[in-house]
Amino acid sequence: MLKTSLSKLTIFILTGFLMVFFIGMSIVFGYTNTSIQLAYEAFTQFNESNEHLIIRTVRLPRALIAAACGASLAITGVLMQTLTKNPLASPGILGINAGAGFAVVLSITIFHISSLQAFAWISFLGAGLAAICVYVISSAGTGGLTPMKITLAGSAISAMFSSLTQGILVTNEAGFEQVLFWLAGSVQGRKLELLAAVSPYLFIGWTAALMIAPRMNVLAMGDDVAVGLGLKLGRIKIFTGIIVILLAGSSVAAAGPIGFIGIIIPHIAKKIIGLDHRWLIPYSALLGASLLLAADIAARYIIMPREVPVGVMTALIGTPFFIYIARKGLSQS
Amino acid sequence: MSKYYSFRILADKISFLIDKKAMIKIGFLALLTLLIFIISAGLGGMPINPLHVLQVFFGGGEDMERLVVMQFRLPRIMVSIFAGMALAVAGGILQGMVRNPLASPDIIGITAGAGAAVVAFLFLFSDHNHSLTVSIKWMPAAAFIGAAIVGFSVYFLSWRNGVTPVRLVLVGIGIAALMQACTTLLMVTGPIYRAAEANIWITGSVSGSSWEKVQILAPWTIILLIIAFLSTRTINVQELGDEVAIGLGSSVERQRFFLLLISTCLVGGAVAFAGGIGFVGLMAPHMARRLVGSSFDALLPTSAFIGAVLVMLADLIGRTAFGPLEVPAGVFTAAIGAPYFIYLLVKTK
Repeated sequence: MLKTSLSKLTIFILTGFLMVFFIGMSIVFGYTNTSIQLAYEAFTQFNESNEHLIIRTVRLPRALIAAACGASLAITGVLMQTLTKNPLASPGILGINAGAGFAVVLSITIFHISSLQAFAWISFLGAGLAAICVYVISSAGTGGLTPMKITLAGSAISAMFSSLTQGILVTNEAGFEQVLFWLAGSVQGRKLELLAAVSPYLFIGWTAALMIAPRMNVLAMGDDVAVGLGLKLGRIKIFTGIIVILLAGSSVAAAGPIGFIGIIIPHIAKKIIGLDHRWLIPYSALLGASLLLAADIAARYIIMPREVPVGVMTALIGTPFFIYIARKGLSQS
Repeated sequence: MSKYYSFRILADKISFLIDKKAMIKIGFLALLTLLIFIISAGLGGMPINPLHVLQVFFGGGEDMERLVVMQFRLPRIMVSIFAGMALAVAGGILQGMVRNPLASPDIIGITAGAGAAVVAFLFLFSDHNHSLTVSIKWMPAAAFIGAAIVGFSVYFLSWRNGVTPVRLVLVGIGIAALMQACTTLLMVTGPIYRAAEANIWITGSVSGSSWEKVQILAPWTIILLIIAFLSTRTINVQELGDEVAIGLGSSVERQRFFLLLISTCLVGGAVAFAGGIGFVGLMAPHMARRLVGSSFDALLPTSAFIGAVLVMLADLIGRTAFGPLEVPAGVFTAAIGAPYFIYLLVKTK
């Protein structure tokens, strides 16, 4: 863990460069080979060649969506882990992704909605519903919100929404093909308009997360201490919940339910930059963007010429990590 | 007169303590199961009077009615009953072992493992014309192997000077996510024709049942159910917590392994023939607990009947309610089960 502000700033800037580097790689590498030269020309002197078109309409949106979603999911991971005091909390495990996914599938297959703006709101609705369900269920009974209860309630809700999604797909085979790849979590073939549609919410979410960072530091000391220090607990929890729903909901609307980024990144980020949320939140965002970009680049090469959905990639990388934390992290509590 | 019946046989090796009231309730549930069994055999594309159904069971009835009831409806009803019982009892055992009413075979990944194995089977043994190169009869075997592998991986990955329930569940959740990712990967990369087929299986459906399947599933489930009922006192002790259980002289780790083995085998059999029917393992023991309390001597048989009723009803609705379209039973166990489950949880606050 880095101690001085200078060293933190250095690693922060280096990670920023790493993210930019991955964005560049994401634009250049893939099934159609291009070069940095070509990519540069595509933006400065566009000549409608095949490569230029691919770079401008396929690769660039893809890279930007991966970066935005990776950053958002990592931030939600940090917020949820601090809020619930649960090292395994993330939008994937706690069912928020599944809720948003269900809402979007429902709207595509049953109500035939195709407006991009509507997608975002539907996704928020699903995410919010799932979050409320998990909160209510896990605070029921004695002993309050223990990490174990939240995790179990989350997987129960997650199981519920994915069964419902599956049910819709089984009875509606035409819609099945359409949403299968999306449901796996993928940044392939997304249009820039989709990112534009959710970007206001993403910006609100990111800004709010940065603003709330000092309070998260207080919250991390435990609910009792936080109340003693004058934090309005209920208000801060609801506020954090809204940020989580905004960010996770936007990510799902843009890229489908992508798991594990929200679990892995906060842990790595804490190891590198420490527990101060004012550093942790922005740093996790950079790291999350880098990881999702890297996973997406790898996803293009594994079974070339076809692609692995990036959600599958993150699950493959993330599960061993998850099991490691499950074996280690919760054993003290 | 005492409120409880107690049984002791084989020099106290096997013992039960059952509430008398609970026994009456179990009796009612058994009757209900029988009733739905008969009604379900009568309903469908060709409705048959329940009395005629009974005639068919006792060897009478018209030829057409015999054919429909015995060949088309009965096998799937039987599979529903056994799968429902197996899932419910497996869920009950897991909940007792983990000491949390939210644990179930779906959540710790056993069902997802079976699902991944089935999808892998469909893709590995398909040729270019999308027809299977080996008999479809092997699919249940694949499902069972998948369930077993996941069951044991979860157990061994959560081993660290013993297995605590918390670790078991958390590792299970992780493995479940991994299995889902593998399933998605196979479905996305494979031909879409197979993906739709696999999806029906994952959702859980008893539509392809035959007497052959019943012949395998029935003895398997019955034997395991008997073993499960005989080990209720072990589960009762496990539910008290590790310290108490050790204090009472239980070998906690060995029993935990044994219980996990039973529930994995039960789930493996059920998903092999009925697919990943969800929420029965979560819901049935919960409903049973509200009916007869939390002593497993009464809880397990009660959950078994509730599980059977749930899956039978889900299948009945699925094949009758939407005309020619047949909806997999798993859709209903989830669509009805999930909201009801949330309602229960909120209400028991």
